Amino acid sequence: MNIDLFPLILYGGIVIAAIIGLLVASYLLGQKRTDHASQDVYESGVLPVGSPNIKISVPFYLTAILFIIFDLEAVFLFAWAISIREAGWVGFIEVFIFIAILVAGLIYLWRSGALEWRTTRQMDDRQSIKGEGGVVNIKRLGDKTSETPVKGSH
Amino acid sequence: MFSFQVGSLLNIALILGTVLGAAALLIWVERRLLGFFNDRLGPNRVGPFGILQSVADVIKLITKEDWIPPFADKLPFVVAPIILPIVMLLSFAMIPFAPGVGIIDMNIGLLFVMAMAGLAAYSAMLGGLASNNKFALLGGLRAAGQMISYEVFLGISLLGVVILSDSFSLRGIVEAQSDGWYVFPQFIGFMVFMVAALAESHRWPFDLPEGEAEIISGFNTEYSGMKFGLFFVGEYIGMLFMACLIPVLFFGGWHAPFGLEFGNEIISGLFWMAAKTSVFIGFFVLVRAALARPRYDQLMSYGWLVMLPLSLLNLLITGAIVLMQGS
Repeated sequence: MNIDLFPLILYGGIVIAAIIGLLVASYLLGQKRTDHASQDVYESGVLPVGSPNIKISVPFYLTAILFIIFDLEAVFLFAWAISIREAGWVGFIEVFIFIAILVAGLIYLWRSGALEWRTTRQMDDRQSIKGEGGVVNIKRLGDKTSETPVKGSH
Repeated sequence: MFSFQVGSLLNIALILGTVLGAAALLIWVERRLLGFFNDRLGPNRVGPFGILQSVADVIKLITKEDWIPPFADKLPFVVAPIILPIVMLLSFAMIPFAPGVGIIDMNIGLLFVMAMAGLAAYSAMLGGLASNNKFALLGGLRAAGQMISYEVFLGISLLGVVILSDSFSLRGIVEAQSDGWYVFPQFIGFMVFMVAALAESHRWPFDLPEGEAEIISGFNTEYSGMKFGLFFVGEYIGMLFMACLIPVLFFGGWHAPFGLEFGNEIISGLFWMAAKTSVFIGFFVLVRAALARPRYDQLMSYGWLVMLPLSLLNLLITGAIVLMQGS
């Protein structure tokens, strides 16, 4: 199937020219002035504190790795979906095994905590919230763990 | 009288004009509808019912300073806002609006759309990294994590439709729905795609990359003037695109429901396509007004642990049923 790509290229050219044209128009028409705070980083009106080169939480990096694995899986599934009638039941069983292995990987990642965004301290706090007598965070109460919390009703 | 042909100059001009006009109108529609949902009026001063509000906004944004902060990385800072509207507008080239109305009919239309949705992630990511601002960096990171996570099953949720229609061409998918919409056999796929589409275009309630209550304005904190305007209009073009894509994939595109066709098939097709798109735009605005933003860890575990297995299950069941019917 031969497709004439000319309409797409023409449309793409017009779109790119229009968007860049908007920016150029704004550059030419916009006002140009500098106030005493123009050069500052915007942080809700206060002077900026520290550098923007902050340490990034590890789950973002893990998410990127997971994305590569599972998006590659999606690529193979795309190829199977378009040829499902040709591949038949043999292809279906192969894809079933393929998906099963990846789901097993997903379960392993979930149980090993790779998808967990809370720190261990936050996890501990969450587990101790279900105290006797209602919602109370026993850890935050320090050594008074044996006392039952005071109820407001009586 | 009407001799429309896919890819003619008339088609390109009309579609580009309509999409840009509709995106500008959409900004007014959303603000106005949100106003009614919140029991207030919304913008109603410029032109009849405030309909020219977007024109006034564009004039204001163009005459604002084209400011590049001295601490930003210049090239990525300028490129980032250009990417989003361009890829979103390019996606519209694949949408079949009616028989004979469309820019190009490619046999890999769906893959092209997916590729463009993937490229859109660069916009928020580069914008956040290039700004050299802590809040922008946090917003860019959130955007990157959210968009790559939800992109995985954005594609997988559509594979049921590909299996049923045996085609990647969006026009082929619409034509295959002449005897029944895919929303009925593919209801799970439709729900997963809906959530993924909201998260991909970081519309509410998935607007964590911008989260104005937490990180000022997220990845576009340091942007102003027309560069901010491009991020803004790009988001609305993206919303319009998703509202066009959902009817094409799941609701029969230009096919009329209950045989309610009238007159010329092009006019009838354009009418029903516009009607279905309007319904989904209304739905997106309603979702924005009704739902609160989730926490970031809730968003991620929901995506990886609920939506991804659900879309894989939907794919396997669809494949098994199609093979059983075939043999």
